[in-house]
Formats: sequence, C-alpha cells, structure tokens
Amino acid sequence: MDFQLVWQYFPDLLNGAWLTIELVALSLFVGFFLAFICGLAALSRYHLLRYLAQSYMFIFRGSPLLIQIYLIYYGSSQISWIKDSFLWAILSQAYWCALIALTLNTAAYTAEIVRGAIRNIPQGAIEAGKSFGMSRWLLFRRITLPQTLRLMIPAYSNEVIQMLHASALVGAITLMDLTATAQNLISRTYASYSFYLAIAVIYLVTTYVISGIFRLLERRLYRHLRLNEA
Amino acid sequence: MKKVLFFLVVVIAAAGAYFYINPNEFSRLKQWAGFEKASPTKTIRIATEGAYPPFNYIDATGQLKGFEIDLAQALCQKMQATCEIVTQDWDGLIPALLAKKFDVIMAGMSITQERLQRVDFSDKYLNTPSRFVAKKGSDFEISASGLAGKRVGVQRATIHENFLRKLFPQAEIVLYDTLDNSFLDLIGGRVDLILADSVAVNDGFLKTTNGQNYAFIGPSYTEPKDILGNGVGAAMRKGETELLKSFNEAIKAIRADGTYKTINDRYFDFDVFGQ
Repeated sequence: MDFQLVWQYFPDLLNGAWLTIELVALSLFVGFFLAFICGLAALSRYHLLRYLAQSYMFIFRGSPLLIQIYLIYYGSSQISWIKDSFLWAILSQAYWCALIALTLNTAAYTAEIVRGAIRNIPQGAIEAGKSFGMSRWLLFRRITLPQTLRLMIPAYSNEVIQMLHASALVGAITLMDLTATAQNLISRTYASYSFYLAIAVIYLVTTYVISGIFRLLERRLYRHLRLNEA
Repeated sequence: MKKVLFFLVVVIAAAGAYFYINPNEFSRLKQWAGFEKASPTKTIRIATEGAYPPFNYIDATGQLKGFEIDLAQALCQKMQATCEIVTQDWDGLIPALLAKKFDVIMAGMSITQERLQRVDFSDKYLNTPSRFVAKKGSDFEISASGLAGKRVGVQRATIHENFLRKLFPQAEIVLYDTLDNSFLDLIGGRVDLILADSVAVNDGFLKTTNGQNYAFIGPSYTEPKDILGNGVGAAMRKGETELLKSFNEAIKAIRADGTYKTINDRYFDFDVFGQ
C-alpha cells in the first residue's frame, strides 16, 4: 500500500467521489417521485395504467444497468431523428445520459418497493379511515402515504446503497466518477492495489454514512413502537 | 442417499465435461496431482488487447487475429517455445503482467520512460506515427490555440493521452477505454477530433464503412520521443533477462530471414517497422 501515492492523487479521487455522489443523489431524488407514481399506477384499477407501469418495471429490472447505460449513450447517437431533435442537446452529454439511466433504473426498483409497501398496509387502518368518511385523497395523505414511507425504509436503504455501488458503471461512458478516476490513475501508475483499496474505503465510508442516516430515520419513524424510556 | 448419489454423479459429469472442453486444464490437474511431469518445452503466455486492428483484434468469427498475433507466432516458432495468446483489457495489461497472469505483452504498447520504470521492453518491432482524425472537410487549425476548447477523444493511459496533455493542454480531453468507443463518439458527434496511432485509425476506422466520411487532419507525429516513445516493443517483467534476450534475438532473426516482411505484407503496403 503506497500511501504517499494515494495522498498525492487524493484530490483527484475526491473529485471523482463528488461526481459519484452528485449522480447518485440526483437520480435517487428524481427516481423517488417517479417510483411513487409508478408504484401507485401498478396498483391502479385501470388496466392500461397497471400494464404500462408493470412493463416499465419489468424492463428496467430485467436488464443490466450497464446495458441500459450503453443503450442510452451509444444508442441515442446512432438514431438520426434523435440527433436532429432538441433531445440531442441533452443526450449528447455523457452526464445526462448517465443521470437518465440511473434515474430510470432506480425508479423501477423503488416502484416495486412502493408497491410492496402499499400492499402491506394493514387493511384495518384503511377501513378505519373509510369508516370515518375520509375522502380518497385524505385517506391517501393521512394513512396510505405515511404508512408506505414507514414500511419502505428497510428495503429502500438497501436500494440507496446499491445505487451508490452501481454508479461505478458510469465510467463506461467517459464519466470520471470515483471508480473511473481510480482506473485512470492505475493505468498511469500501475498501483492497482493502493488505488482500489483507497476507493473501497471511500465507498465504505459513504455507505456507512448512508446507513447511519437511515438508522436515524428509522428511530424517528418507528418511535411509537419503542417501549417508553421513562 | 439417492440424492447424494445423484449429486455426485452430476458433479463428476460436470467435471468430466469441463475437462473434455479444456484439455489444457486437465493436464494441469494431472501435473498438480503429480501424475504427469510438466512438459519440458516452456510455454510463454502472451497477452494482447484484441481491440486494436490491424495489430490485434477479434474477427467476426470470434478468432483472435492481427499483425501482432502472426508476429507472436513467428517469434515463438523461432524461439522454439509453445505460446498461448490471451486477451486482456488495455488498462489491466501491465498490472496483470506484474501479477504473473502472463509473461509477455504484445499489444501495440509503445516503449516509454514511464513504462520502463515498471517493465522491461524488447527491441521495437514496429513504429508508426500518430495523427488526428476528424470529419472530412473540417477546418480545425492543429495548434495549441487552434484546438483550445475542442473536444478531443483519446484512449486513456496511452502515449497519445500524454501527447495531448503536454502539447494541447487547452483542448478538452475525453478519455476512452478502447479506441472503438472513441470512434463511436466521433460518429455520434460527441467529440470533434481523435488522436491515435495512424495505422490503427486507418485500418480500424477510415477503411470501414463507418469511417468513410472521416479523414486524417494535420501532420504525422513521431516526435517528441520522450512522449511518443521509441516504437512498440514486447513488455516483460523486470529481471526476465533470458526471455528478453530470446525475444530480441528472435526479432532480429525474423527481420533478417524475411518472415517479418511476409507477415508485414499481409497487412500493410509499407514497412511498419519504421526507421
């Protein structure tokens, strides 16, 4: 382990780590809202809506993220009507391609988590709401939504961590994220062990922080289940 | 009991099938178990990238082909060694060589000061200039200021990347894992120019249908030597003096007896050995 070498290039690694965190945070943020819409649509009464949401989830959960990234990046540059349209301003940039791929991917997985959480809400709670004469919107806002968020947490924290690790794939389309930065440094210095170990530690620390945040969130949202600490 | 028996049969059948498909592995197993002595003729494991036509590439049928592959086989024949040629991504070549995954790299790797700190090189066996390539009819001024802000694609960790960084620092450099991916983005319009080995660009891109609207632009570069290196050689771990010596002798021998020329003429209409 060559600490001096790693220290010398540490600013480069931090730059890479920042891009990784930026991509993951943005895609998770947008993906979360998409996932809610999609998860609700998958449970909708309307056949068409349900069918659309389920096929979207099936496609994005059924194919590897790397292939999705390649399809959006290299695929878009080979379709002439995309290249001639306003879309090209976005899709010509690797950054946006990666962001779109990551967002669509996480939204599909999160939608499945949302769908599962909604189905696991105790029927009694919903029936109780109905018997109070709550409207559908009020029922959603007061019972379905808070219960869903609460039930989602354990599975969703997994998804967030997996997204952090999956984001290493964006290096395949010229983006200098943490992994790609390390690979580039390795191909210049051949110190593979030092750099891979260094970025493994950076990923580990980031993962630790993420699971810490979720643990705090869990403590807060499940506080009604704890025994009184009097 | 039946289940255990069934499981055993499956395992044995799978192992049998595996060794039937990979007879080399079976002889290695026998050697490991002490049934067979390691063969006295040494096996040299040579690694190449397999993504750098016409020097080394994988053809439509999945076969490893190219000038360096033929050259490696000719060199092995001269050295009276059996050779095994494997492929490895460009980034991993030197690390895997150092980790003893194979013994020699022949992958269009230029002899540079930077690499000499880690590995030894044989004498050069080819030397070709580097050039920019862009869309036909584009009027880029090939100078440090002329390329300022232009997006230039290059394969990462190559002499070409170093050359760009030193001589065209104002250009926006986009790094690729393989040359092929940089061509895809040149066609897609994500980069304005590419800097690469002229022969690799010519055969791997310009001569193909994808590259018909593209052309070389600007001069051929062989200088400065401290960046662009002294030609392409076979890389080996430091201290393997025997191997190095036999490679250098074999290179001399195939140059002298015309084998090199025969192979050269299969791929090129000029001598890629350079001056």
